[in-house]
This record gives sequence, structure tokens and C-alpha cells, in this order.
Amino acid sequence: MGIIHINKVTYEYIRRDEENNVEGITTAVDGVSLAVEPGEFIAILGHNGSGKSTLAKHINAILYPSEGSVVVDGMDTKDEDALLKIRQTAGMVFQNPDNQIIGQIVEEDVGFGPENMGVPTKEIWERVEESLKAVGMYEYRSYSPNKLSGGQKQRVSIASVIAMHPKCIILDEPTAMLDPMGRREVIRAVRALNDVEKITMILITHYMEEVIYADRVFVMDKGKVAMSGTPKEIFSRVSELRELRLDVPQVTELAYELKRAGVPLPDGILTREELTEALKKIRMMGQ
Amino acid sequence: MLRDITIGQYYSADSVLHRLDPRTKLVGTLIYLVSLFLFATPLVYVPATLFLMIVIFSSKVPFGYMVKGLKPVLFLLLFTVLMNMIFVKGEVIATIWKIEITKEGLKQSLLMGARLILLILGSNVMTLTTTPTRLTNAMESVMRPLKLIRVPVHEIAMMMSIALRFIPILLDETDKIMKAQMARGADFESGNLVKKAKSLIPVLVPLFISAFRRANDLAMAMEARCYHGGEGRTQMKPLRYTGRDYAAYMILLLYLAGVIVTGKYSTEVLDWIGVR
Repeated sequence: MGIIHINKVTYEYIRRDEENNVEGITTAVDGVSLAVEPGEFIAILGHNGSGKSTLAKHINAILYPSEGSVVVDGMDTKDEDALLKIRQTAGMVFQNPDNQIIGQIVEEDVGFGPENMGVPTKEIWERVEESLKAVGMYEYRSYSPNKLSGGQKQRVSIASVIAMHPKCIILDEPTAMLDPMGRREVIRAVRALNDVEKITMILITHYMEEVIYADRVFVMDKGKVAMSGTPKEIFSRVSELRELRLDVPQVTELAYELKRAGVPLPDGILTREELTEALKKIRMMGQ
Repeated sequence: MLRDITIGQYYSADSVLHRLDPRTKLVGTLIYLVSLFLFATPLVYVPATLFLMIVIFSSKVPFGYMVKGLKPVLFLLLFTVLMNMIFVKGEVIATIWKIEITKEGLKQSLLMGARLILLILGSNVMTLTTTPTRLTNAMESVMRPLKLIRVPVHEIAMMMSIALRFIPILLDETDKIMKAQMARGADFESGNLVKKAKSLIPVLVPLFISAFRRANDLAMAMEARCYHGGEGRTQMKPLRYTGRDYAAYMILLLYLAGVIVTGKYSTEVLDWIGVR
């Protein structure tokens, strides 16, 4: 039984001019179907305007499909009575760290979700402590968010979602506004939560390096799922990715170019270690 | 440059006053302010000043810091004093050019000045010893009865605390926009007041746009975290009265009684001391 079922979802933005007349309809998501199993780490890739963020907002019941349905842990997102339960089951982390922190100090922000859910005071404090510890931000609990770095702020945002005890977390380009250091921090926290706490992760991104740890990758283009598979499968299709205006990780690209130049390397090399191993093997064979 | 502005003038220290429940301080300040207006006799300023002195002393906020709070209203203060001195009619004691200064006017202006100073210092004690968050919490709790007449108390408090959270962010943004425009030759420094104000329009427009965008994002983030108004909400830091607060309320009552007694029996008191 999967935790998230997206069935043939289509979402249309209706553009209106100043007199409220319909100017045109943009189909942001076009008949997408996918299912996510509990504990999976899913990555959704795509360049700007591919519909990946729009799709993500459907899982959290912020947007509702024009056609098709989204079912989260057995609840249809169109069912208004289940709204709060759905948002608690599938938490969401957004792109801009400044615009999603509500509290004036870190611990207040993490407590905001449980407060809304009506969790008793004592348990809120326990949840705040455990979630801040899970992302390694416990020492900063009494800081003002304005004094934290981008990566730290995003980790606080993740802690704020964890405090609601979700089964699934959707991360909508959480690293887009961060420096490389901050990006690494956030991805490390996401992977740890997926490994240790078995929280289902749906990571939306356009950084290839963040995708290699995912169990499955979906590549979106023009509102449709253009490719899907394990990172290895996806990244062995370098030319297809390029057509979709996506880069591959540097190491993968290097391996791809070497192979084209005649070095007998396997497809879909993702990490530096894999490449060195493969190259060593080739040299051994040569000798 | 804009970053240095602090909003809410909290002075961090560890004193009895800092540890009081914010509701106690809010109600106490209100009572104090009202007590200043109860009687017109100058004698009530004796207990009022004494009380304030004791409170300021126990707050561990340096007195100089406290007095700094008077600066922004200095003009208003001088204006009130001068107006009272000039325009109150009565027994003339001095004439400067065409302006007559009367005994009653002098008395009145001194009284008004003292009242204003006590008023401002009194409310400063509260803002200096209470963090903005706790103050908004207290307001929400004190105003709760207004819910009966459909005042959206929780929403107002939430708006205030979000505004406080975003002030530094928006100041930062203003700074960025101004720098970006200065880099392209905008001039914010020269010219008269009107010209300076006009040069701020190109700063305000992008600032507003970005503020709306932020508001939109924030609303979405709040909804995503199950925010649905004040109903069924629990509090992480609920306000709780302790023995300290009951003691503070007792002291307040005593003070109020003292003021009423001195006010009501001012002539007798004056007779008793022998001044008159």
C-alpha cells in the first residue's frame, strides 16, 4: 500500500486580464501519475516551469487537481474534513527560508505546527526538542531566525515539519537559495531523516548532485513525467537529459565523455569513487 | 545602516520585573497611567513618583537608559509646558514682551510636564522589561473577553507578532534596494525634504511588491503547517500567574489606595503636614 497516489493529475492555471476575462489557460501539470511507497526517497527533477513545484503543492493539499486525484495515506486531498490530517501527514518545506519561519525565535517556530494541531503544552516541548536534535539545531533553539545562515534556517524549517510527526515530507527546492555549504547541510539532514526515521522524502530540485541518493527519480518536462527510474538509469541517458535542458553531475558527464572517446566505462556512474574504481579496473585489465 | 534599528526596546536583565507575567505588567501599567489622571492635585505625584522610582530601581534597567526614552517626546513635552505657561489666565507674576506668565499657568505647566514624564517613564518600564513576543501574548490574553463582541483577538495578536518578525527582514530588503539603486546613480542624500521624500518612491514600490510576495509565501507556509485560526490551538508557552504576580497585584492595589487617599483628602493631608 503506497503512501501517496497521484492519479492522472492535471492542473490548469487560468490567466485573467484586468477585467477578469480569461486570457488563456496554462496547463502546469498534464496527466501525471505516480505512486510513492512508505520510506522511499523520491526526487523530482525538472527545469524551471516544468510543473514540478505545482505537482508538489498538490500532495500537501495547497492546490487541488483540475482533473484526476491525489490520495495521501488513504485520504483524498479534495476531502475538506481530512485537510488538516493530510497537511500533518505530508509536511512541506518551501524554497525561501525567510518566508516560512513564523516564530520570532527558533523553538517558537518549531512549536507552531504542534500548537495548530492542538498538542498539549508538555508534549510540544518534547517534540520541539526531539525535532531540533534530529536536524542538529538544538543549540540554536533560543536564537532569532534572523541570526542564522540560510542552511541553518532551512534545517529549522525541516525541524518545524518533523515536529508535526509527518509520514512524508515534501521539499520544494529547499536548496535553491543556499550556498554550496548550506546545500550540503540540508541534504545531509534529509538523508539522515530518511535513513533513521524512515520518513518518506519527496525532494524537488534542479541540482543533479542532490538526486544521486534517491531511490527513484522522476524527470518532469512541460507538465509531464518525461523519464523515471533509479538515478543510475536516469543518468546513463545523458543525451536525453540534455534535450530536457538538464545537466548531469560532473562525474557522470566526465564518464560519459570518456566513454564516447573510447574508454570502456559502464553507464550511469554517479560518484567520484565509482569512477575511480571503474578506471582502476580498466587499467588492471590493460596490464 | 538600517539594520541597527531595534524595534521594541527590550533591555535584557534578570530582575523581578523581567520575570513577572506580562499580563501583570500590562494591567499594572494601565492602572498606573489611569492613576495619574484621577486627581488634579499635585499631591498625588508624590506617591506616583515614589512608586515609579521603586519600580525602576527593581527593574535593574539603568536610569540613564530609562531617561533616553524621553528624547523622542521632548518636543511634545516642551510644547505642552510652554502652551500651559502662556495661555492659562490668572494672577500675573511676570511679563515678557506681550506674554503674561501667571501663577496658575506656571503651576499648571509644571503639573502637565510632570504628568507626561511619569506617563512615558511608566510605559517605558513595561516595554523595557518585556519581550515583544510576551507582550503580544499578554495582549491576546487580556483582550480575550472582547471575543464576545467578535473582535478577532487571536488574529490581531498573530498579525502583531508576524509584523515584529518581518520588520528586520524588510529593513534589510530596503537597505538592499537602496544600495542597488545607489549603484545605478540614485541620490537619496541631497535636496530638500520634498525631493528626498520623492526619491524614496522608487524604493517603496519594489519593497511593497516583495512584501506582498512574502506575505503570500508565508500564508502558504502557515497553511501547510495546519494553521487554521485560533480555534483548537494549544500554546507552547502558556501564561501562568505565580505567587510573584499576586504579590505584584497586591502592591498595585496598595499604591492605588494610596493615590486615592492622597487625592481625596489632599486638603487635610496638606493641613496635617502644615503646608498651606
